[in-house]
Amino acid sequence: MPSYNDLKEVSTEYMLFKAKREEQFITGSEAVREAVRRANIEVAISYPITPQSESMHLVGDLYAEGFVKEYFRGENEFAVMSEIAGAAMGGARTFTATCGPGTLRAFENFPMWAGARLPIVMAFMPRGVNSPLTIQPDTIEMGFLLDTGIMMLHAENAQDLYDMLLMSFDIVEQTSVHIPIGVFIDGFFVTHTRQKVHIVTEDVRLKPYNPSLSPVPIMDMETPPFRCMRDPFVMKSNYISYAAHASWQQEIMASAQRAKRHIKKYLGNFIEQENPSAPIQIVASGTAVSQSREAIKMLKEDGISAGLVKVKLIRPFPTKEIKNALSKTEKIIIPEFNRTGWLAREIASTIPNNDRIVPGPRVYGGMTMPPEVIVEVVKNGTPIGI
Amino acid sequence: MQSIRMSGLGGQGVVTAAHILGGAAVKDGKNATVNPFFGAEKRLAPAESYVRISNDDIYDTGEILYPNIIMIYHPDVILMGKSYTMPFFAGIKKNGVIIVNSDRKIDFDKDDVEKLDALNVKVYFISATEIAREVGGTDLSTNIAMLGSLLGITDIVSIQSMQKSLEERFGGKSKFIASGTTAALDDAVKKQYDKIEKLISANTSILNESFNRAKSLLK
Repeated sequence: MPSYNDLKEVSTEYMLFKAKREEQFITGSEAVREAVRRANIEVAISYPITPQSESMHLVGDLYAEGFVKEYFRGENEFAVMSEIAGAAMGGARTFTATCGPGTLRAFENFPMWAGARLPIVMAFMPRGVNSPLTIQPDTIEMGFLLDTGIMMLHAENAQDLYDMLLMSFDIVEQTSVHIPIGVFIDGFFVTHTRQKVHIVTEDVRLKPYNPSLSPVPIMDMETPPFRCMRDPFVMKSNYISYAAHASWQQEIMASAQRAKRHIKKYLGNFIEQENPSAPIQIVASGTAVSQSREAIKMLKEDGISAGLVKVKLIRPFPTKEIKNALSKTEKIIIPEFNRTGWLAREIASTIPNNDRIVPGPRVYGGMTMPPEVIVEVVKNGTPIGI
Repeated sequence: MQSIRMSGLGGQGVVTAAHILGGAAVKDGKNATVNPFFGAEKRLAPAESYVRISNDDIYDTGEILYPNIIMIYHPDVILMGKSYTMPFFAGIKKNGVIIVNSDRKIDFDKDDVEKLDALNVKVYFISATEIAREVGGTDLSTNIAMLGSLLGITDIVSIQSMQKSLEERFGGKSKFIASGTTAALDDAVKKQYDKIEKLISANTSILNESFNRAKSLLK
């Protein structure tokens, strides 16, 4: 097997669209390893939590093999995200992953990352967070993260996950972007599922991160952290500090908007449609998309035509695309793996006449969503809006 | 699509067996997905795994609620309800197959028998643990005996592909053991044999022996 030094450095475009691929029968966690192997990561920091543990364990293996320059286990998730921030402030390309309670424990860091313009790529493997405890899949933490300023991609399967991870580095490292991105995959349903994935051959790696393109100064011993680099507005309570803080937040939002063209370059459309002219549309993200695909096959056998809108980009939310996709739809079904229905809320605040929405079905607490349930809601669900 | 639900106890290799079966299906040129379902990892806690095999694309993921084939790795799954699915055959499709690892026939409730008969489900009892012990000298290979039995009763994958998939799992260069517990069990299995080849050859013998014994049940 080739070692790190044998790998040819290539552009993200080459990696995603031109490099030779081979089919492997691997789990989602192994797909993370294969993406990181080729991503030229300098600092990876881990902390175990099911169902994420395997992924960062495998990244540890890559460190042992020389594909990752620095790797260690943090004290807890809060520490990991803080340490990742430190590494990114110092100009390193970083990677980490967590899920569920780990995400919540680390939460303070995510808006800090965005505000500090850190180009961090991270994987989230959502699982239940509420009591009574569950380790099973549940996407509720995505709802919590919507307004932290980080960008969010939701992968349907291990193939999406692999490709989205590899494309993310170039997106966030653009000078005009330089804010974090999370690639989300449903815990267990993707992390622990073995499936066919097309993986780039082992002879290439992404070009390294160039920190001199950062829009904020990189931290080093001559540019000490706080006084010079991020002048703490909060210390000076006057109108200038308020104005600076407000405009800075707007700048983070603008960064996400500017990221769109870079995301489009690699991801293609932010949404994917099947049977777009059908009067009934199922709108979903993540594993709920796969379950919807099965439901659409079953509905077809019953003579019912339903379409699918797969939402790949969650932040920045593709409002224009979704509005267009649903402009003529009579009934909108939104299956979700969480209790609160954050995707339904997003759609409802995006489209006109949102009483066309059937808000569900929703499955939470770790069960799968049988396609039969989606079929039932398509047939008998009443649009009531949110 | 063929869908297989495997229910057993933590440590019996329910998850490993599913990965080997899925790998064999892919070697046969089919599509397959494999995923497990378990709580906090501990020995003897309920563990389930699911294998979907099809010539078409497979999208459905998570637990298999409506399986064609159910494999029960331990009588406690049935007798003590150590299962995520109650009763153990919930959701089985018409003309389904159930393979139970037990050294004796388990008498089901009258209601259950009626339900199974109405669906024309066939139930086979195989003493997989006994085969693993007799042939391989360890009950840790129960899962391999279950896979051999599956092949004896159905032709879901070829025995050649199963053999290759098994070799890859135990001898492959890129094998990855998900958990510390599984790694420890792997070590325990390996300690039985001084060389990995011996482990593979013992497992192959178990595969063949259970295949033949299951075949004889069909006569």
